[in-house]
Amino acid sequence: MSAPVSFLGELLSGDRPRSRVLAVLLVAVLIALAAAPFLFPGTRSLNVAAKVAVFIVLVASYDLLLGYTGIVSFAHTMFFGIGGYGVGIAMGKLGAGWGSLALGVAIALVAATVLAFAIGLLSLRVRAIFFTMITLAVASFFQILASQLSWFTGGEDGLNFKLPPMLLPSTRLFEAPLFGVDVTGRILSYYLVFLCALGLFLVLLRVVNSPFGRVLLAIRENEFRAEALGYRTVVYRSVANCVAALGATCAGVLYALWLRYTGPDTTLSFNIMIDILLMVVIGGMGTLYGAVLGATLFVVAQNYLQDLMKLASDGLAGVPLLPALLHPDRWLLWLGILFILCVYYFPNGIVGRLRKTRT
Amino acid sequence: MRTLAEQHAGNRRSRHPAEHPVLETRDLGIRFGGHLAVDRVSCAFARGTLTAIVGPNGAGKTTYFNLISGQLAPTSGRVALFGEDISGLSAPQRARRGIGRAFQLTQLFPRLTVRENVRLAVQSRAGIGLELWSMWNRHVELAEKAEHCLHRVSLADKADRVASTLPHGDQRKLEVAILLALEPEVFMFDEPTAGMSVDEVPVILELIRQIKAQGDKTVLLVEHKMDVVRSLADRIIVLHQGRLVADGDPATVIASPIVQEAYLGIASASPPEHAMTEGAAHG
Ligand SMILES: Nc1ncnc2c1ncn2[C@@H]1O[C@H](COP(=O)(O)OP(=O)(O)OP(=O)(O)O)[C@@H](O)[C@H]1O
Ligand SMILES: [Mg+2]
Repeated sequence: MSAPVSFLGELLSGDRPRSRVLAVLLVAVLIALAAAPFLFPGTRSLNVAAKVAVFIVLVASYDLLLGYTGIVSFAHTMFFGIGGYGVGIAMGKLGAGWGSLALGVAIALVAATVLAFAIGLLSLRVRAIFFTMITLAVASFFQILASQLSWFTGGEDGLNFKLPPMLLPSTRLFEAPLFGVDVTGRILSYYLVFLCALGLFLVLLRVVNSPFGRVLLAIRENEFRAEALGYRTVVYRSVANCVAALGATCAGVLYALWLRYTGPDTTLSFNIMIDILLMVVIGGMGTLYGAVLGATLFVVAQNYLQDLMKLASDGLAGVPLLPALLHPDRWLLWLGILFILCVYYFPNGIVGRLRKTRT
Repeated sequence: MRTLAEQHAGNRRSRHPAEHPVLETRDLGIRFGGHLAVDRVSCAFARGTLTAIVGPNGAGKTTYFNLISGQLAPTSGRVALFGEDISGLSAPQRARRGIGRAFQLTQLFPRLTVRENVRLAVQSRAGIGLELWSMWNRHVELAEKAEHCLHRVSLADKADRVASTLPHGDQRKLEVAILLALEPEVFMFDEPTAGMSVDEVPVILELIRQIKAQGDKTVLLVEHKMDVVRSLADRIIVLHQGRLVADGDPATVIASPIVQEAYLGIASASPPEHAMTEGAAHG
């Protein structure tokens, strides 16, 4: 009995959900994502599932900075973009082979590490707020760069590129459908994204539960004390910044692969930065499981709230005022209200709330 | 003031030749604006000794500590550890060289558990802070060390509590446990028993006595309670308005007119010119 349990413990780096409801929710998300092509066939739902998987990694790596280390960065989408553009440019210029994919990923990872370390060392010495401002400046600069160098980056239009044939929708992997679904290259792409995201999440989980991860918590809790214990906080923050940047870069690679496209609106935009912030806060800062719930809830709401409202609005036809209020065009308003309520009632996020009422 | 300074100089030279000091400060001072909080303090601390540092509120005791452990940069003077100048080192570097500090204003990691607080100190001592891949709770020997430190301050039964939920006295104990876990060469206690209830104090005093009994550690203790100082210290130095004004064995220093009149606030017929307005400290 203890063998599988400790294997799971090992996989989760000893970081158990510590709440039955949370465990159930996490398993539900895992199953839904693992079986998405079969449970929710259809282009749109598969898109949502892939986006959830990618954003879990993106948000979890951001939480390493915000929730664990207590520093605010606005450059997370920049690293997301470095991953996307790395793949997009390499595959666009060098062709749709696995080799150019590998090269693109390698260049993106190196560039992200160097940039993250430079930003960290230059600005984290001074004060945390200075770091925040530098990340904002660098990220803005990067956005401008991406839109100006249009011969290289595709400018505002971004870059479309081709994938290796194995991952194309027209490819059939099996003759016969599996569980009534044709297993196409698209589904293979999905599993590539899903498994990479799962692996990356478990890696991040290990990092936050390592001795290093404890030091990050110490820095967040009391930087002065951490220094007095002998921890050079600049170094730890810089390394955390690098790890977070690498996570975002990998997420960017996966997202670009899934979309077969990269552009300012899908990676670099500050709107995405704000979404990430919201997802971290809604899920719960300082716990990577919060990233899972935050990203899932957010992306699903973003995609399906409109449908739900249309249903409600139609159902309430004839009742005064309500149908107008619930009109699908008002979905952003309701999304906003949902977030305000979430943050107000769960200041420690959903996970914080669930862990408090431990069962 | 001049007489005080002269007297202290005499004391120090005659009684403490200190040939191989573990820690030494030379003309160490800091100025905050126009205010000299620590004024050219030169003092050496030998291995295996416990030195009490006393003085009224605002005398500069904590500031002197901050200069030694690197939280503040001095405006004059130097600090040497084992004869090596460490003035240019940062606080973390000094901590790793063996200068351990317990703070007067408790400095904990409030939302971490008592165990995690101590574990972070043990981990720093073990030098594994930059390990990203091992699981922190799998380092059994470090966990045992942390447990041992908690035992010594009798906090073991509260190891799973979140630090900020502890009563004040227990937080003070945790502050001391963190210092123990660092296993430093130089222990710097800044009023370790302040704010503790009467029955908690003996645990901490016994602990300091044990550290001293080890014989190879150097202890600096800021303490207001004279009975504590008398029973623990090998030597007392007195700070007043940032200056070192007396230095010697406990009986002599406590009996000296400076300490009697100025520091202990014992009424004298004519108070000295620079009588301390803050009065006679906490204890
Ligand atoms: N960071 C600072 N900036 C300005 N003034 C300071 C600073 N730190 C300390 N001081 C001043 O230096 C003087 C010495 O303060 P310090 O805390 O060292 O006294 P102390 O001897 O530890 O007193 P207590 O017994 O109350 O702890 C005080 O007048 C204090 O106001
Ligand atoms: Mg003080």
